Amino acid sequence: MSGTRQILDRVSPRLQRRWDARAATNFICGGAGGGLLIVTALASLWNPGLRPLVVLAMALVAAGLTAVWFEIGRPRRAFNVYRNVATSWMSREAMLAPPLFAFAAAAIILNWSIAYWIAGLLGLAYAYAQGRMLCANIGIPAWRQPGVVDMILTTSLTEGTGLLCAAALYWPALAPFGFLLAAVVLLRFLVWRNYLANLRRAGAPSGTLEAFDAFDSPFAWLGHAMPVLAALAGAVIGSVLLLAFAGVLAAGAGAWFKYVLVCRAAFTQGFALPRTPSRGGGAAGAGGAPGWIGGQGLLQPSVPRRRNEDV
Amino acid sequence: MSKRYVMAIDLRRCVGCQTCTAACKSANATPPGVQWRRVLDLETGEFPDVRRTFLPVACMHCANPPCMHVCPTTATKKRDDGLVTIDYDICIGCGNCIMACPYDARSITHEPSYAYGEPMASEIARFDPERLSVATKCNFCVDRIDQAAVTGKTPGVDPEVTPACVNSCIAGAIHFGDIMDPNSNVSQLLASTKSFRMHEELGTDPSVYYIWDGAET
Repeated sequence: MSGTRQILDRVSPRLQRRWDARAATNFICGGAGGGLLIVTALASLWNPGLRPLVVLAMALVAAGLTAVWFEIGRPRRAFNVYRNVATSWMSREAMLAPPLFAFAAAAIILNWSIAYWIAGLLGLAYAYAQGRMLCANIGIPAWRQPGVVDMILTTSLTEGTGLLCAAALYWPALAPFGFLLAAVVLLRFLVWRNYLANLRRAGAPSGTLEAFDAFDSPFAWLGHAMPVLAALAGAVIGSVLLLAFAGVLAAGAGAWFKYVLVCRAAFTQGFALPRTPSRGGGAAGAGGAPGWIGGQGLLQPSVPRRRNEDV
Repeated sequence: MSKRYVMAIDLRRCVGCQTCTAACKSANATPPGVQWRRVLDLETGEFPDVRRTFLPVACMHCANPPCMHVCPTTATKKRDDGLVTIDYDICIGCGNCIMACPYDARSITHEPSYAYGEPMASEIARFDPERLSVATKCNFCVDRIDQAAVTGKTPGVDPEVTPACVNSCIAGAIHFGDIMDPNSNVSQLLASTKSFRMHEELGTDPSVYYIWDGAET
């Protein structure tokens, strides 16, 4: 579809461009940081001295929030974001950030085990809030699917575990976490298949499904098959290189998924007609939902020709 | 809710002239590229049964507005009369409401822009910096409606307190009024016709009804 046709056609779903790579960065970095915090808390039971990973996690979350700060229209009013904790998941996400940083800092400075765990749980809650934030945006069919929350949570855990395994280059004692990485990668794959199946069943803009179809196969191979094999091999034979490779692949694929979700597959709802009006002496007719595949309730799926289609 | 202002748009009458679009732009001085109200042009069906429908759209002023729920600042609020408004002084321009709206009703512009590059005198006079970098949308000409409380006139009946698009419609396709009043123009019109609301299945409870046939058909 040419740019001109996109501008002329305000009926069909169109790719949203308001939330760009900066918004995607918040989900990528924030989720990875949150996931890294919880797995670091787990790893700290056997491996003291993982404070640099907590620093990394904090830096990731901070990077995500900084990206958002550069995206909003009125950054000097940023603290207004706390005014609607009652219903807004964006407010709740923002509310989680200060205690997350506080307990992460306590873990770094004081090396308290309880601080690691509270920071980890807050990191998990942060990733959950991000998933709920997306899901509440019902104007984007790909986001309002309930399975998107599961996807954001599992990929955040996967990215965090991936980063932990990449850190095995410096902490070889983390090698056994390759088994955990394999497990969460497999879980993410199952959640992804479930999300995609539910999306097709519910109906979605054709642009969304095209974006996911193009992404699906490389995501499966690079983001799941290869990391699982490399993680298991690395854990079994104790190869930190293989483990790090698996971790980078798993984390990178998660970041890629979030970018596709926010910037490539995020088509709007578009408009639809259950019925076309009776005009003059004629009768009402069947409706249409341009640009949709499946779903749409009572609507009759149709393949409408748009005005100026040849422009 | 003692009052609920709704719009009833008769699709049988709309001819796609875009007069409502122009009236809205004139009344609200929206910048280039921003159309709080616009008329969509849909062709449906396959030859020989091809139909063309003109669909005026804007903010639906939902009774269950997703934009209000997701807004982190409470800038978006729903009034007792059903109008959904934005407080430009609180909004941080995060765009969350834009993602939440299934009707493509909201927009944010970050830079001043003018129809012909350099601003005309009218554009200079009507430029509002408070509307930069915040979400904006149709507000059912809330300033005009609020005048009804002062003047005692009736929105949807008296033009001075009726949205500009309603006043401007040359086909008499757009109607406005209080649906909680069974004797209002919109209540009587909707009782005598068949109508639908856009994307009702999403649970937004929109306040814009699209009439597609007579009740007796």
